[in-house]
Amino acid sequence: MHFARVIGTVVATEKVSSWRGIRLLLLEPTDPRGTPSGKRLVAVDLVSAAPGQRVFYVRGREAAVALPVENPADAAIVGIVDHVRDETAV
Amino acid sequence: MFVARVVGEVVATIKHPELEGRTLLLVQPLAPDDTPRGARVIALDAAQAGVGDRVLVLDEGNGAAQVFGRPRGPVRTVVVGVVDEVTEAGSSC
Repeated sequence: MHFARVIGTVVATEKVSSWRGIRLLLLEPTDPRGTPSGKRLVAVDLVSAAPGQRVFYVRGREAAVALPVENPADAAIVGIVDHVRDETAV
Repeated sequence: MFVARVVGEVVATIKHPELEGRTLLLVQPLAPDDTPRGARVIALDAAQAGVGDRVLVLDEGNGAAQVFGRPRGPVRTVVVGVVDEVTEAGSSC
């Protein structure tokens, strides 16, 4: 699972039926400290995350099976980060 | 699978039900010479690993589901062992 920050929402009225009622959020991948670290992506939201929050997400097949019904997601937010205890942080 | 060092833990009150009750470890993948290589990721603990341990990390969904005896869910990266020793062509580290 990878760290990211929610930086926006994506609204799509017309979408695949298996995503009905599912929110799509815009993510900026980060390192554990919250520093941006990669290309932005869109993910389905399973934890009611909000813009500004630090989250973690899964990619690939595990994103599709995170939803109750078969769907084409390739990224899914599966948790909201409260705190990262990094023993190597300076 | 890859070898990594457990460098911390992640606390998350709100998470997918499939992650409930599991420890989220922050792991740093390692190169063969034990130096950090690549981005730190979050892995579920299935080996009672702790901070500082060198561990074996599974990164595949079917195996991960099997480890926890669950149907496939949003679980892919799992700490499946604590490494005692790695021997490579006559040298050990």
